[in-house]
Amino acid sequence: MGHYVPHTDAEIAQMLSSLGLSSLDELFETVPEALRLAGGLDLAPGLSEPDTLAAMERLADRNRRAGRDLVCFAGGGAYDHEVPATVRRVAFRSEFVTAYTPYQPEVAQGVLQALFEYQTLLCRLTGMEVANASLYDGASACVEAVNLAVAATGRQTVFLSNGVNPQWREVLHTYAAGTGHQYVACDLAGGLTRWPDAGEPAALLVQYPNYLGCLEDLAAARQLADRTGALLLVAFDPVAAGLLHSPGHFGADVVVGEGQPFGTPLSFGGPYLGMFTCRREHVRRLPGRLVGETVDADGRRAYVTTLRTREQDIRREKASSNVCTNQTLIAVAFAVQLAWLGTSGLRDLALRCARGTRYARDALLTIDGVEPLADAPIFREFAVTSPVPGDVLVERMADDGFLAGIPLGSEYGDRGLLVSVTERRTRDEIDAFVAAFEKVIR
Amino acid sequence: MPAAAGGRASSAPIMGHDNEPTIFELSARGRTAASFRTTGVPEWDAEELVPSPHLRDEPAAIAEISERDLVAHFTRLTHRQYSVDLGAYPLGSCTMKYNPKLCDDAASLPGLTDVHPAAPAALTQGWMELLAELEQALCSITGMHAATLQPPAGAAGELTGLLLMRAWHAEHGGQRHKVVIPDSAHGTNPASVTLGGYETVTVPSDDRGLVDVAALRERLDDDVAGIMLTNPNTLGLFEEDIAEIAGAVHEVGGLLYYDGANLNAILGVTRPGDMGFDIVHMNLHKTFAVPHGGGGPGAGPVAVSERLAPYLPGPRPVLGDDGVYRWEQPAQSIGRVHSWHGNALALARAYSYILANGGDGLRRVAEAAVLNANWLRTRLRGIYDLPYDRPAMHEFVASTSALKKAKGLRALDVAKRLLEEGFHAPTVYFPLIVDEALMIEPTETESPQTLEALGDALERIAAGDAEDARHAPRTTPVGRVDEARAARQLIPTWDARE
Repeated sequence: MGHYVPHTDAEIAQMLSSLGLSSLDELFETVPEALRLAGGLDLAPGLSEPDTLAAMERLADRNRRAGRDLVCFAGGGAYDHEVPATVRRVAFRSEFVTAYTPYQPEVAQGVLQALFEYQTLLCRLTGMEVANASLYDGASACVEAVNLAVAATGRQTVFLSNGVNPQWREVLHTYAAGTGHQYVACDLAGGLTRWPDAGEPAALLVQYPNYLGCLEDLAAARQLADRTGALLLVAFDPVAAGLLHSPGHFGADVVVGEGQPFGTPLSFGGPYLGMFTCRREHVRRLPGRLVGETVDADGRRAYVTTLRTREQDIRREKASSNVCTNQTLIAVAFAVQLAWLGTSGLRDLALRCARGTRYARDALLTIDGVEPLADAPIFREFAVTSPVPGDVLVERMADDGFLAGIPLGSEYGDRGLLVSVTERRTRDEIDAFVAAFEKVIR
Repeated sequence: MPAAAGGRASSAPIMGHDNEPTIFELSARGRTAASFRTTGVPEWDAEELVPSPHLRDEPAAIAEISERDLVAHFTRLTHRQYSVDLGAYPLGSCTMKYNPKLCDDAASLPGLTDVHPAAPAALTQGWMELLAELEQALCSITGMHAATLQPPAGAAGELTGLLLMRAWHAEHGGQRHKVVIPDSAHGTNPASVTLGGYETVTVPSDDRGLVDVAALRERLDDDVAGIMLTNPNTLGLFEEDIAEIAGAVHEVGGLLYYDGANLNAILGVTRPGDMGFDIVHMNLHKTFAVPHGGGGPGAGPVAVSERLAPYLPGPRPVLGDDGVYRWEQPAQSIGRVHSWHGNALALARAYSYILANGGDGLRRVAEAAVLNANWLRTRLRGIYDLPYDRPAMHEFVASTSALKKAKGLRALDVAKRLLEEGFHAPTVYFPLIVDEALMIEPTETESPQTLEALGDALERIAAGDAEDARHAPRTTPVGRVDEARAARQLIPTWDARE
């Protein structure tokens, strides 16, 4: 019990006595008697370190792991990429892990400079001019992008592509209960968003590549945004920056996304990384923290969180966002991994994902009864239909050692399965996956 | 008290005063550290894979750096960073306690890290059991009925709670428009109130530093959706009138929201549910020792009373009679608030911390936290102003108001001088209702020797030369940073420097 409280009994007695108290209970004299918890918490007694780890291992052993137990072909916003040893060893050094938010910049240059480098890298990937120091995940980044667009345009309605990750859309709808924002759901045709011809939206929100893996026509979306006076908000896969034009190239105003692919294991969905970047004209509406370069009293280069008057602790009910705690450590891991890859490594990674995806898709489509769900060009993820519903496929293929993909909801038609192939998948694994798939639908 | 101060960082190696180059300056064209698996997949060219309107001409430019230089760079950055592992971090309301290494190991188990969040329930029973057990433990600790683990941070928990309030009122008498918060509240509270679609009504504190109950009653009517309270409040004081406050808010049909920022003070002592709260968020990165990561990730679960349980975000893991966990959406759920299941690995850390401490250990945490705060408060009596010099809980607020008048010593200068003394600074200029505030939370993991050293340092600073303090800190990697210039001449990226 109390492994992490250092005080000896003698020290406690001495401290109590210096306060004129005779027991620890007397420390809580301001808590009314009627509210005091009689009998203590209804929790088991504390465990030793080895017993705690054993309890955690028992739970961990009840999961089937990607890698050892299951070859992973599932993506949908959570990808099975390699996390190099450098990231695990460097980004998770305890100085990064156990620091607080950099409120005292003189002793927080490590975190601040790492974030400054992250912001720069992220802007290079997205083609934007300003990045914040992270949000929670892909969903929260979309929410903040919409909030920015609504504030910038004074309009309440957003054209929301059905190609945006369905769980992110669900989060957008949850938060709309408070903000009153309206969403116009825009269907996919052939895998690409069919936008309304006109309207007065605050923004268009589209994912590139979209949830089905298809490459949306961002140039057309930009034209519609121009015609209607809306902002173009793009949710972007950072891995795509190795091969595809950035959303900035197509004229996006705000580029967000899920940063998990760089440096973060699958982790059962978190902590992940909400990427947020925008054009400089929107910097005063940026949510969350922003690190800027400046100098110290002697003129030396230094970093500090800046434009702080946007933030909740100063602006309170008029703040651009309520975000305080973010995902800094995950942003540092992202930066380390991206620097580890370098320019040629990023391209290589993207190319390897695209090649494996092409190989798997071509092979699956040779199976009788397997059809593409969409014809549009893809990058690293694709959707197929087959005579067997997606959830049944996933369940049966688990017996053969595969996490076969993500079953698609009915909005994408019946029986769909979303399949993703990362740089980790070998030709043998893909061949075995295709054989197992064929076995199930026979 | 013999023994040296384990939480004083003055002997820490610091990398001197040279700049650390950015990774962009360290970059040399053509270098890479990347290493990929041999796959045997056909090596199609980019042009065969991506149609030309989408294919970029050149790869996005990243830093090009060897693994050795990369490791050296980030290692040197860590030497320019204060952390809990280096020394004490008495930031008020932030609960910067030591983070047990056991929890790092627990959250690094491959059976937890290598699990896809969309994998079917049959393949993730261990995770679902962990989450369900954590929900239950948090409900026991707070005295609530059910919880969601999805909110990834405290502010996300606040907004979730306000959306729960909305959903409740929509079905019980119609929408209301106002939420009451005290003038001592955290800034996230009013910011969340706005995003929740409500208008903030502020209630003042009385001369005890507690909610002015008479003023609260004047503000309560049937348009008040609820009140958000931190208890103990941001002055470190227990809201002694909480039962009366709860009665008054419930009388007008409002709900009580508990901001769990200061939960560390009351673990095993009293529970928000017993005080009458309907909605409670917890900061697992404060109370339950999830490390703060330089700003995050944290986790901000929300627990509620029985009547609000049907509105919780979903899906939630539920144990069936057959011993199998399934995902279930609460009947009138407000919907998802996270892409997946919340910051799962942070949740696993917190669960391992709760297992290790147990009910008895958590009570011990609160006792030592409150003991440390009160010891340090009395140590500083007569040296700094103590505007609310009453028995405190886990933190207290001091002020340099008199020192400023007497010789110009500001809270900011005390903070910067303390960095030179080998300690992190307290929270300054908060809460807003105290002039020149120093908000000090030693936490339970600092030893009495560390407290003595911290108290001695604060006394030296108060007695020292105020003009000299304006030049602090001088022993840190950089000196006082020009924050005004950063905002005036904004340089948000390396590429924006020219």
